[in-house]
Amino acid sequence: MAAVPTPLVDIRDLTIRFTGERTVHAVNGVSLSLGEGEVLGLLGESGSGKSVTMRALMRLLPKRRSVISGSVHVAGQDVLAMDDATLSDFRGRTVSMIFQEPALALDPVYTIGRQISESVMRHEGASQRDATARALEMLELVRIPSAKRRLDAYPHEMSGGMRQRAMIALALACRPKILLADEPTTALDATVQIQILLLLRELQREMGMSVIFVTHDIGVAIEICDKVAVMYAGQIVETGTLGEIVRTPQHPYPRGLLASTVHGAARGARLETIPGTPPSLDKAPVACSFAPRCAFVQPRCTTAPPPLVHLGPGRDVRCVLAETPVPVN
Amino acid sequence: MSTIEPLEDLGGPAQPLLAVNSLTKHFPIGGGLFAEKKTVRAVDDVSFAVAKGETLGIVGESGCGKSTTARLLMHLMPRTSGEILFDGQVVGYSLSMREFRRGMQMVFQDSYASLNPRLTIEDSIAFGPKVHGVADKEARALARELMGKVGLRPEVFANRYPHEVSGGQRQRVNIARALALNPRLVILDEAVSALDKSVEAQVLNLLTDLKREFGLTYVFISHDLNVVRYISDRVLVMYLGQVVEVGPVDQVWEAPAHPYTRALLAAMPALDPDKRTETPPLSGDPPNPIDPPAGCRFHTRCSFAEEVCGRVGPALSPATPGDTAPDAHLAACHMVIPGSGHSRAPAATEVAA
Repeated sequence: MAAVPTPLVDIRDLTIRFTGERTVHAVNGVSLSLGEGEVLGLLGESGSGKSVTMRALMRLLPKRRSVISGSVHVAGQDVLAMDDATLSDFRGRTVSMIFQEPALALDPVYTIGRQISESVMRHEGASQRDATARALEMLELVRIPSAKRRLDAYPHEMSGGMRQRAMIALALACRPKILLADEPTTALDATVQIQILLLLRELQREMGMSVIFVTHDIGVAIEICDKVAVMYAGQIVETGTLGEIVRTPQHPYPRGLLASTVHGAARGARLETIPGTPPSLDKAPVACSFAPRCAFVQPRCTTAPPPLVHLGPGRDVRCVLAETPVPVN
Repeated sequence: MSTIEPLEDLGGPAQPLLAVNSLTKHFPIGGGLFAEKKTVRAVDDVSFAVAKGETLGIVGESGCGKSTTARLLMHLMPRTSGEILFDGQVVGYSLSMREFRRGMQMVFQDSYASLNPRLTIEDSIAFGPKVHGVADKEARALARELMGKVGLRPEVFANRYPHEVSGGQRQRVNIARALALNPRLVILDEAVSALDKSVEAQVLNLLTDLKREFGLTYVFISHDLNVVRYISDRVLVMYLGQVVEVGPVDQVWEAPAHPYTRALLAAMPALDPDKRTETPPLSGDPPNPIDPPAGCRFHTRCSFAEEVCGRVGPALSPATPGDTAPDAHLAACHMVIPGSGHSRAPAATEVAA
């Protein structure tokens, strides 16, 4: 264990509970690590805790209503212990984030050029002139046509795909080590989505940054990720390389998800489904959260938390089934 | 089973259940003190037919007019021009609006916004039949029966309010409500798009079962090509308010005739890690439906565009010249029109024979 390099992102046993009118156990013991230049897909359905985990990485959660435990280290820094000034330096410089809806993430009253140059001036102490030059360079990098003219455009003057490119330019302006992408292509049309995915793939390769890509769409994950972590009810239920998750999933949830996809299903043939709906998360889990929907449920699944079975480097499954190797058909 | 009789079949199986001719909807915008008056050509000269018992899928990107088409079909907004025939009857003349609404129902994307938050699920489903003259007691019995059909146990769900159930369950309520009037045609406008994947498969299975049980006809609108392929018999592809291609779903998937359809299919994420997409099939965003390009509306993004494409709008024509079957594979592209003047068009003499 001596020469193992510290991962760029190291999340240990992260637990997040929202309090207030009702309590939500959004994230329940998530451990995650990400190395330099890796693209990790965080795959899960709505309410599985994937976006909350991302927001915790940047400390974007509402302070008063969230109770966070566990540890989050990014590039050697303890994120949960940062004071406000350190946090401001950290956001946008070490870690940057892009969101599903660029129209809401960009400031409507400033031009795109102004928003990018402001970030460069804040983090790098650059002059207005240099920062504007960087903004232009970034818009060209994300292939916005007639970039020079677009510097003076307001977000509402751009189409959805252009806005998403502008947001990527803003996020990458200070060359962050890590980019967090929270469903950045979900609101886009199919022909635009693939353009943005390919752009992100290319930029990641060129700039060598690490990416955590949150998505509910396995097809999108396949286009961009190297590794995948599948989340369900605030826990990571399976991790592995993209190929392992797509071809030989072990946990019944990703197995069910892949089987229920309509891609390639014969017309009129019944789709395999996962019965029931995800749990409400108003209580902390004391057993396997997937057990009520699981076709392979055993008595002990409903009484104790499932074991985390380590199958190989970066390959973990949170299920009793993984204890005895099962043939995957 | 129902206390409401379905509308009688008038034209027999050969007559389309729904025939749409030159449907057009223009929204005027601007025209203020200084603003120039403009027109959004949301739906522009759209014609198609839906046969009895089939599922017609409508696909296209945002702004292509698919949801406006759905709303026009339901008569939820007045159309600029065009004709809609339901089983050969003109709505508003030989078929009253009340009768028509009974024959055609719709399920929307947002399962929450489309239910009245102050009505219990049972009340919501029973509302339509009561408006159509069914007594309260029978309407409630019908509502409970339909809840069973869509997989919601009445004893658990009847007295709940929309906010107390999950998205998938709410969409089941919307489907039950649409079926309460015993319709012949159901329009599903992105009805499964907001659902999680594991729930989406459940609802698709339900729709397949209900179609068989009640002998329904579906118009299924979605941006998800995988779902459309799975559920549809025929598919209609829209681009900027116009139909660019229509045909049996397997033919369109295996041999798309319009460059836009080809791009749309190529833009689907691969499901094989070894076969990632390498080049985007199209660049740029779909243009604005306000004052769309002249000629073929796709020519500004098409890699095959030639001079004729910017000048003349191509009519929907058989993908295989001479094919005149009612469910023929058609495309609106100069490359399939013999003698259109496009260098890739088939020679005009081929069809003369």
